Amino acid sequence: MKTQIAVLVGAFLLLAAWPWIGSSYGMDLVNKIMIYALLALSLEVLVGGTGLICFGQAAFFGIGAYAAVKFTPSTGEAPSLLVALPISIGLAGLYALAVGALSLRTQGVYFIMVTLAFAQMAYYVVHDTPLGGGTDGIYLYAKPALGSWLDLDKPLAIYGFTLASLTAVFVLLAIMRRGQFGRALDGIRVNELRMRATGFSTYPYKLAAFTLSGAIAGWAGFLFAVKDGFVNPELLSWHLSGTVLIMIILGGMGHLRGAVMGAFAFTLLEELFRSEAVFGSLSKHWHLGLGLFIILSVALLPKGLAGLPRQIRERLAGKLLGTHHIPADDAVRPQENT
Amino acid sequence: MNGASNTVLLRGHRLTRRWGGLVAVNEVDLELHRGEVHAVIGTNGAGKSTLINLLSGQFSPSSGRVELLDQDVSLWPQPRRARAGLGRSYQRNTIFGEFSGMENCRLSAQAAQQRPWRWWQSVTSQPDLMAIARNVAQRAGLADCIDRPAGLLSHGQKRQLEIAMCLATRPKVLLLDEPLAGMGAEETERMLVLLGDLKSDHAILLVEHDMDAVFRIADRITVMVNGSVIASGNPTEIRDNELVQSAYLGGH
Repeated sequence: MKTQIAVLVGAFLLLAAWPWIGSSYGMDLVNKIMIYALLALSLEVLVGGTGLICFGQAAFFGIGAYAAVKFTPSTGEAPSLLVALPISIGLAGLYALAVGALSLRTQGVYFIMVTLAFAQMAYYVVHDTPLGGGTDGIYLYAKPALGSWLDLDKPLAIYGFTLASLTAVFVLLAIMRRGQFGRALDGIRVNELRMRATGFSTYPYKLAAFTLSGAIAGWAGFLFAVKDGFVNPELLSWHLSGTVLIMIILGGMGHLRGAVMGAFAFTLLEELFRSEAVFGSLSKHWHLGLGLFIILSVALLPKGLAGLPRQIRERLAGKLLGTHHIPADDAVRPQENT
Repeated sequence: MNGASNTVLLRGHRLTRRWGGLVAVNEVDLELHRGEVHAVIGTNGAGKSTLINLLSGQFSPSSGRVELLDQDVSLWPQPRRARAGLGRSYQRNTIFGEFSGMENCRLSAQAAQQRPWRWWQSVTSQPDLMAIARNVAQRAGLADCIDRPAGLLSHGQKRQLEIAMCLATRPKVLLLDEPLAGMGAEETERMLVLLGDLKSDHAILLVEHDMDAVFRIADRITVMVNGSVIASGNPTEIRDNELVQSAYLGGH
């Protein structure tokens, strides 16, 4: 537990120091990854935290991004961060509340399909109506600021604000998991039937989790729009919803750190397989390499990257005892994991 | 019947459940009194588990009424009935396998005192819930293995955990679906002592196949065949009932 926290704090400190270590390209890349990590965290609340597999997370992300652009005055005057960010979070959360209210009445594969359908609806609204500016997307007239103190137009400022957002959400979710609300969500994930028989009205709990998740995704979308100064409908596409799911699977579901690790691993792998310097002409077919790698890692790391240290420990312990390791507590996850 | 009406904690009135053409439970009347163990016996498929599901609110009845503490709860969903004092256990273990025994009990205690809006407060710093969890685990005889993952407990311990989780919600009525199934002699004995203990301040419905246990502990027995009640009375009456003898008990 203590080493875990130490490693986490170390990782966040490294991220904080990165702008002075890496190139400007590296800084932009890590900034993008941290935004994906925030989006992955939002999905982890549902998938790993509540057992709800949502296949429409990109819609909330995209709504947060479009809200950032649409509510910026075309006069070119920088909007206040204190207004712009809550609008993005609020609208994404509101849409999640509506989608959740309907989709949470279904279960299992139907839930997956309904969340996908609602996300596709949002996608086509943005894609095919004047509201969203069509396939070309829209530019952001002016980036939000906080007085003269913080101007998100500066790369270092948006990097710092992204890191602060990611840290804040990570810490708040870690605290939430240890409390009554988080534990109830965990109970719903493991055995919803029993939760209801015990006296939990599970629907409001799930709806609260869904809304929270959408709001955090909207936050990530806001950061994405501000960083790039540009939005297009692809931000709401099902490709992104699927990518985020792969991120948390790769990182290890059931762990907050898994979501962050998955976002880093996935994006860096994508960079690697696309790099012509490494793969030459094969880099044109980077999808193939990335896909094979992900299949391999899911087969070899059933608990994701977050579960890797433990997997290694158990393997070593098995070797030392001269026996094959029996995963006695395969179905068992420790209570205190963040 | 005997007993003042204020001791009737749960009443099923002409409860019926149809699945298509099949009548799983047919016009069943049932009263559970505080201080009594009311056993429901019958062959497999007689509708005993369906009856528990109707009473607890997992299914809604096709017709009929359920009254809990003199209140009509027929339209209440299951969680609300549970919070009003109706605890149930399942025939097949439905514990939270990957949580510790302690967390299983604590989460159940939380159900009766939900404060999700205090999301930042760690559950380990809520001593009331921890105390209840420890207490019910001890009552059910689980004090030694409370920290182990529930999925790794023995079958008998899982059955005990089911009961402990029920008790953690501080119910007034207990609906127990075959709590003795698959238990060894020693575990059965311990469970029967516990039920006898619980009886004084609870109304208990016991669905059970172990006839020795039923006749030892039940104050009242209802016999179901094909969804209908064919007899109801005290153990002596049931033992002497010819219809029951031929339909179910055989040489018992």
